[in-house]
Amino acid sequence: MNGKILASTVRRVLNQLRHDHRTVGLLVVVPPLLLTLLYYMYYEDSPLVFQRIALTMLGIFPFIIMFLITSIAMLRERTTGTLERLLTTPMGKVDLLFGYGTAFGLAAAIQASIACAVAYLFLGLQTQGSVGLVILIAIANAVLGMALGLLASAFARTEFQAVQFMPLIVAPQLLLCGLFVARENMAGWLQAIANALPMTYSVEALTEVGRYAEPTATLWKDLGIVAGCVVVALVLASATLRRRTD
Amino acid sequence: MTTTVAPAIEVRDLVVRRGKREVLHGLTCTIPPGSVTGLLGPSGSGKTTLMRSIVGVQKVERGTVTVLGRPAGSAALRSQVGYLTQAPSVYADLTVRENVRYFASLYKGVSTADADAVLESVGLADHATQLVRDLSGGQRARANLACTLVSRPTVLILDEPTVGQDPVLRDELWRQFRALAAEGVTVLVSSHVMDEAGRCDRLLLIREGTLVADERPDVITAATGTTDLEAAFLHLIRTGQTVMSS
Ligand SMILES: Nc1ncnc2c1ncn2[C@@H]1O[C@H](COP(=O)(O)OP(=O)(O)OP(=O)(O)O)[C@@H](O)[C@H]1O
Ligand SMILES: [Mg+2]
Repeated sequence: MNGKILASTVRRVLNQLRHDHRTVGLLVVVPPLLLTLLYYMYYEDSPLVFQRIALTMLGIFPFIIMFLITSIAMLRERTTGTLERLLTTPMGKVDLLFGYGTAFGLAAAIQASIACAVAYLFLGLQTQGSVGLVILIAIANAVLGMALGLLASAFARTEFQAVQFMPLIVAPQLLLCGLFVARENMAGWLQAIANALPMTYSVEALTEVGRYAEPTATLWKDLGIVAGCVVVALVLASATLRRRTD
Repeated sequence: MTTTVAPAIEVRDLVVRRGKREVLHGLTCTIPPGSVTGLLGPSGSGKTTLMRSIVGVQKVERGTVTVLGRPAGSAALRSQVGYLTQAPSVYADLTVRENVRYFASLYKGVSTADADAVLESVGLADHATQLVRDLSGGQRARANLACTLVSRPTVLILDEPTVGQDPVLRDELWRQFRALAAEGVTVLVSSHVMDEAGRCDRLLLIREGTLVADERPDVITAATGTTDLEAAFLHLIRTGQTVMSS
């Protein structure tokens, strides 16, 4: 790893994002907008449901959004030849992967902070644990989405295909993560699948923040599992970055 | 005329298969350091494939490619070999300057001032703050070239660097290539333009994946009994006559 190359890659990825005003706008505006929608759906009749769903959503938005953005961005690197070009320079694969991770992690931090500010200040979201932990989990989720997006981009040839990976990768995790049906109430085989999916653990971690004032052992274990999944996805993604091709 | 300077590039019995077809059939050539070598041949004859093999991004079936005494694509060569791809591989959503500065940052000892100087040398100083996606085709090709030149490589592999440029710019670019060679840089340029071929020290002519000429331009015209390179190449391509040095 090379600090100078890593730093300039982070700057480059953020610059690309910065030039795309509409994407920046959507990144910032969409999560608070959806949270507000949830608020009006649930708050009057079932405030506890709102609390639970809103908290979970703060972790799920960054995952979905960073998955999509990264898989398209990396696909573009592959199809426009910039990836091949980068691999002919002294840049290491690790510099590229960590460059993306850091840049999108930063973007996710900003996004999560704004979404949390809206949720806590205007929508009455309350958690026993600190908002800092919520933001930390959101960033971990964003980095997980990013890592899976990098990996998914290797299996797509067009942007149409890349977008299709979103329901494939995201929907099962969303359905089984405990948001719709508590994990304990699922059939055994569904629980087994849920236990194998990383989002299950980030949702559990968020639930812990909601319930307990101090970070619990379960929370750290969950974050550790998410981090482990990030590492596995990055290692696999790095194997798809080939210097020599046909 | 033969000297014993170690070649900058040495290709031996190179066989490359792309998809189902064999594209290069046991190609052998050497390229002396500090020279401009032109790579010519009909469309689809294998010019890009040979260049990719020299850069080390092409999977090779058999044979060896040695650059500056090391196997092509070695990590140590990545800071010394510059490759211009035929299709522009720059970030469309960055400005020209951001692109060149980014690629500059990947190399040791290349400053942002160097990046700005290169922009000047390809005639894009006035467009430095424009997004690449808003450039004309020829300007985009020059932005691509700037990103290659900025690393000040010892070996420069340029795949059709002057396509889409006007005569004045073409002349200026060729002066730069000649100046670089005079400083000791080994330049390999593919082209379809015969008056450019005349500015090379040596020419390689590929026909259907086989080398049919490897000589100085004047020797090639003399050997084919023609008066200009255009006629010489038509003759060599149509008859299959070969003009090889040594
Ligand atoms: N990715 C690929 N998969 C399969 N075949 C390929 C691929 N790329 C090129 N080829 C084939 O390899 C042959 C040589 O291609 P190459 O790009 O080296 O030609 P070229 O001399 O550079 O042509 P041009 O002057 O048009 O750029 C062509 O017949 C081409 O169809
Ligand atoms: Mg070509």
